Amino acid sequence: MQRPNPVTPRLVVAFFAAAALGAVLPHLVSDFTAYQFTLAMIYGIALLGLNILTGYNGQFSIGHSAFYAVGAYTAAILMFHFEWNHYATLPVAALAAFIAGFLFGLPALRLEGLYLALATFALAVATPQLLKFDAFEHWTGGVQGLFVLKPDPLAAGLSQDQSLYYVTFGIMLFLMVVAWALLHSRSGRAIMAIRDNPIAASTMGINTALYKTTTFGVSAMFTGVAGALSVFATEFVSPDAFNFFLAVNLLIGSVVGGIVSIPGVVFGGLFLVFVPNWAQDISRAYPSVPPPWAIFGVFLILVIYFAPYGAWGGVERAVAWTRRRLKG
Amino acid sequence: MRFRTLLAATAATLLAGAAQADSTGITDTSIKIGNTSPYSGPASSYGVIGKTAVAYFNMVNRQGGIKGRQVELISYDDGYSPPRTVEQVRKLVEQDQVAFTFLTLGTPPNSAIHRYMNAKKVPQLFVATGASKWGHPDDFPWTMGFQPPYNIEGEIYAKYALDNVENPKIAILFQNDDYGKDYRDGFLKGLGDKKDLVVSMLPYEVTDPTVDAQVVAMKDSGANVFFNVTIPKFAAQAIRKACEIGWKPLHLLNNVSSSVGSTLKPAGLECSKDLITAQWQKDPTDPQWHETAGYKEWAAFMDSEIPDGDRGDVNYAFGHSASKLLHHVLENCDDWTRKGIMGCAANVKDLQLPMVLPGIVVNTSPTDFYPIQAEQLSKFDGEKWVLFGDVIDASK
Repeated sequence: MQRPNPVTPRLVVAFFAAAALGAVLPHLVSDFTAYQFTLAMIYGIALLGLNILTGYNGQFSIGHSAFYAVGAYTAAILMFHFEWNHYATLPVAALAAFIAGFLFGLPALRLEGLYLALATFALAVATPQLLKFDAFEHWTGGVQGLFVLKPDPLAAGLSQDQSLYYVTFGIMLFLMVVAWALLHSRSGRAIMAIRDNPIAASTMGINTALYKTTTFGVSAMFTGVAGALSVFATEFVSPDAFNFFLAVNLLIGSVVGGIVSIPGVVFGGLFLVFVPNWAQDISRAYPSVPPPWAIFGVFLILVIYFAPYGAWGGVERAVAWTRRRLKG
Repeated sequence: MRFRTLLAATAATLLAGAAQADSTGITDTSIKIGNTSPYSGPASSYGVIGKTAVAYFNMVNRQGGIKGRQVELISYDDGYSPPRTVEQVRKLVEQDQVAFTFLTLGTPPNSAIHRYMNAKKVPQLFVATGASKWGHPDDFPWTMGFQPPYNIEGEIYAKYALDNVENPKIAILFQNDDYGKDYRDGFLKGLGDKKDLVVSMLPYEVTDPTVDAQVVAMKDSGANVFFNVTIPKFAAQAIRKACEIGWKPLHLLNNVSSSVGSTLKPAGLECSKDLITAQWQKDPTDPQWHETAGYKEWAAFMDSEIPDGDRGDVNYAFGHSASKLLHHVLENCDDWTRKGIMGCAANVKDLQLPMVLPGIVVNTSPTDFYPIQAEQLSKFDGEKWVLFGDVIDASK
């Protein structure tokens, strides 16, 4: 549970099977549903960043909405003020979020556990107000936000929604492989050693300060890419989109998917997009049941209760159980 | 062969769909309408507006609907988050297939769907926001506002101050967001080339505990006009603080906080004397309206549909007025298609709504997409607001 899966033939097959399913999906559903899956994958990419930081490196963050906003605004400003191509903004958004994360990681070095959680919480609370700040208003559009357009379809015959789905899907798969490679490298072992026993890790010669700040930066970078993609999908940024609620949602998605997992982020993203909608539909269909957020809470408690290691932990346990049964 | 038949059938269905797309969501017995409101999140106090609209059309349905059609108003929670508004509105338009949206709430949420609705040619009717950008039929022929824009109200105050105060020195306290800045900018526009009369302009954040410090600083600036752009909690604080420190400027209070029940009583009625505001709705806590037919109609609606609703909350009246306007538009519309309904919405003449001040009427035309544009100044006499002067129509 605590380590990323090693490369086994089975994992490779599962990866390609999932990729194939993802590739045909937008042709089986409506544009709107494809759009919802795109949103889920965007959340998934953001969760990937949070999982690297919190799940693998042991640093808590309730403030990842801030890095999501950095990515989103970087992309939006480049497109709106400088008329950049959509995709060209992605590396810059990633870099901006990396720098923001790295810099925030420096003071965070002195904070552990709950104290770090509180510091990142402050970051989440401050983000919408910073974005409204008069001095930046010329660039951020202040409370009115900035408008951009969806990218044109990549190929003829694809709708804008399908095209954006494929772009997001490709980026998500790429970043999952990157995250997996990172965590399997020497650096990845150092990242996890710091989580498991920081004193032992530094005794072994690991530069904990450097690793922790860099991990913060890398984590923010993933989340920043997600933020930039969210601008393509929504075609609009404004401070109200990056409130504290987004930060909490990211944490929920991370825990639901499995905070120490890479594939789990897909489940986390799907949960964040579809469960509130289901809760709302249930609430509408049966007016006597409690309001949607109470139903959402019930779903959340059920997941935590039945899959304490998140959805991916549940999948792994189910696979292990089936295998034992087949052998037994 | 079979595949080709299927393909042909699909194409035929799509074509037929395209031809009829204009009356999506409308049948001979029903009409589907969409709405998003913040039922959760930081702006959830505005959720009662959407709730009131749903209750209103439930009542209409029980009474037989509109022209024999039952109204299905689907209202989703967007938590005041623009990306979520986009998702929910796409769900309404593409999945639920609503005919149009009605009374979607908030400036940022409506901004996020503005272009989408116009690209899809789906009416975005009577948006619940005071921003000024909803009445531009040339660029956005499918979007229409409802209430008087905040900036127009700001202009009215500026003109009043210039005309009635000798040697004015102006202090402005405003909430640091879209609502506060709209008022501020409208006021500054109303001052024209006399902007240097503003001696103090201080913002506050909605998360601040008090605005006492700002009020003290404004008194020290020597201002004799105080333009107070705050929501009820802070308005009450500012009125009380000014009273305590003996500062008696011409106090212009924005309409957002003009409720007797939620602002002036907490501030102290004695301290609230001589406040000036511009109004367009009847304040439900103001006893002078309680005997009017409009108030009685609203009160009866509240009794039967929302018995547990707070009668002091003007948002219930707001939701009722907007629903009443939509009811009127649909009832007097012969062409029940998206285009037809948009046309009917742009053809309302001198409609008096029950909870809107007497003399302030709804007027729209193909070139006027601001349904309510008039307001009237009133002064607080220590007990109730007393209207004075003429109805000021910004469109004239």
